[in-house]
Amino acid sequence: MALSEKDVLYVADLAHLELTDQEVKMFVPQLDAVLEYVQKMNQLDTTGIEPMAQVIYPAAENPALRDDHAHPTFTQEEALENAPEEGGGCFKVPQVIERD
Amino acid sequence: MDNLTHLTIEEIHGMLTRREASAEEIAHAHIERIKKEDPGVRSYLSTCEEKALDQARAVDRQIAAGKPLLPLSGVPVAVKDVILTRGLHTTCASKMLENYNAPYDATAVQKLEAAGAVVLGKTNCDEFAMGSSTENSGFFPTHNPHDPTRVPGGSSGGSAAAVAANLATVSLGSDTGGSIRQPAAFCGVVGMMGTYGRVSRYGLVAFASSLDHIGPFGRSVRDVARTLKVIAGRDPLDSTSADVSVADYESALDGDVRGVRVGVPGEYFDGLNPEIRSNIEMGIGLLEKLGCRIVPVRMPHTEYAIACYYIICTAEASSNLARYDGVRYGFRSQEYSGLRDMYRKTRDQGFGPEVKRRIMLGTYVLSSGYYDAYYLKAQKVRTLIARDFVEAFDDVDVMVAPTSPIPPFKLGERVDDPLQMYLADIYTVTASLAGIPGISVPCGKLKGDPPLPVGMQIFARHFGETRLLQVADAFEKADGFTLS
Repeated sequence: MALSEKDVLYVADLAHLELTDQEVKMFVPQLDAVLEYVQKMNQLDTTGIEPMAQVIYPAAENPALRDDHAHPTFTQEEALENAPEEGGGCFKVPQVIERD
Repeated sequence: MDNLTHLTIEEIHGMLTRREASAEEIAHAHIERIKKEDPGVRSYLSTCEEKALDQARAVDRQIAAGKPLLPLSGVPVAVKDVILTRGLHTTCASKMLENYNAPYDATAVQKLEAAGAVVLGKTNCDEFAMGSSTENSGFFPTHNPHDPTRVPGGSSGGSAAAVAANLATVSLGSDTGGSIRQPAAFCGVVGMMGTYGRVSRYGLVAFASSLDHIGPFGRSVRDVARTLKVIAGRDPLDSTSADVSVADYESALDGDVRGVRVGVPGEYFDGLNPEIRSNIEMGIGLLEKLGCRIVPVRMPHTEYAIACYYIICTAEASSNLARYDGVRYGFRSQEYSGLRDMYRKTRDQGFGPEVKRRIMLGTYVLSSGYYDAYYLKAQKVRTLIARDFVEAFDDVDVMVAPTSPIPPFKLGERVDDPLQMYLADIYTVTASLAGIPGISVPCGKLKGDPPLPVGMQIFARHFGETRLLQVADAFEKADGFTLS
């Protein structure tokens, strides 16, 4: 199952990665080798086997839910502390909505 | 001052109690040793000397006031840089988070500090915990203290090396597919991953949420047992943390292991490097001498574990790493035109190659048309792998196996072939997929100049940490670590 440059560029696009030409050339054979290897799993008949999304243990019903009380978390300053760009108490990003 | 950096937790507490040393002197000795030795090892990404000395002085004030010692009072610890520490940088060894200041502490770190530990700094690792050598760090590689031309293993290479080089008494690492156990083996120390959910993941930067664990490194099983007890427990801030009480692991040490059934999975020895095999077989022989019953077990789905692991972990990683977009924290590209371009350039410039490989693999296997063939299939294979363990533990109490199929390799030797690197995780990914606990303990060395450490893994059933630690401790006391 050969992975083409086109496939790699498509996947990079989905993942919001702008790859350089050099990177594309390097990644194609590396990713192809891994995807070829994982085909191995098709040797196993998994008919009727339930998928395991996570490790789960027997527990009381809804053990992960807590009471609906607000708890203090971060102040606005703390939340903005690592922002690359901020202003007016918000994270600043390039304009998203276009006006006619 | 070497005598202050080569101690176990018990020895530190003995010295504190007898007033032979203060916590400040012990912290200071570590800080000085880090200055002297770490330029060669490069286990730390950052140290926090002032904070450490403040914490140590607080411990000394408690002692002077006649208060009893807490479980980790005055014990110098290092923390892998994927674990959040408030007020210190948490970089995940990535340019993406090079200057990130976490606004909160991970629960595990809070628990360490509440138990009196003295945090010395943050340790180096593979970027975002992705790798098996610490060569994928976005900054620099760590060197194996046993042989500086070789890797310490990964992804928690810095935490393993720091403990091995006496630059911390215990350290925290994270394990997703072997990232505590394998560097423990490579550095000749003890490294443990508890049952999934045993230790809260709150404050652990997520790589693969169904596989990630925080766990301790130490130079003795007792130190690891105590540290695990401190950091384990149900946490309302992590909904996957288990609501299962934490046993007093230390009180079970020194136990009698006669009659313990030790499973040996044949599949973990097929084609194994003969020298590593020889060490592990000697280790098993020692357990038998201690009265354990050795039982061959079959784990028939072992050969599919790497395929299964690298689909699931990359899929989860592609989702977990979507948050690094230059908006709220971390690196943002300098030049871009528009929002989408900002995302694309930020992520291409901020992430290293292994992180990008895994994000792309994960995106591919989750994408429309491929989800069933890859991700769903892998989840079904995961069920079969987990089942192998559940069934084996009907017949045995613990299992033993090699930790790594290969000895610590030279820096740069294996960077060109990602698939080969992945295949070397074969003995460690299985426990992660099943969610069972696993420990790696030293098991002799390979002949050579210098001799290189070998690690032996011990697995137990879910929440079987007590039995696992008991067997590991008995092995240590019978000189299993040196096989002498």
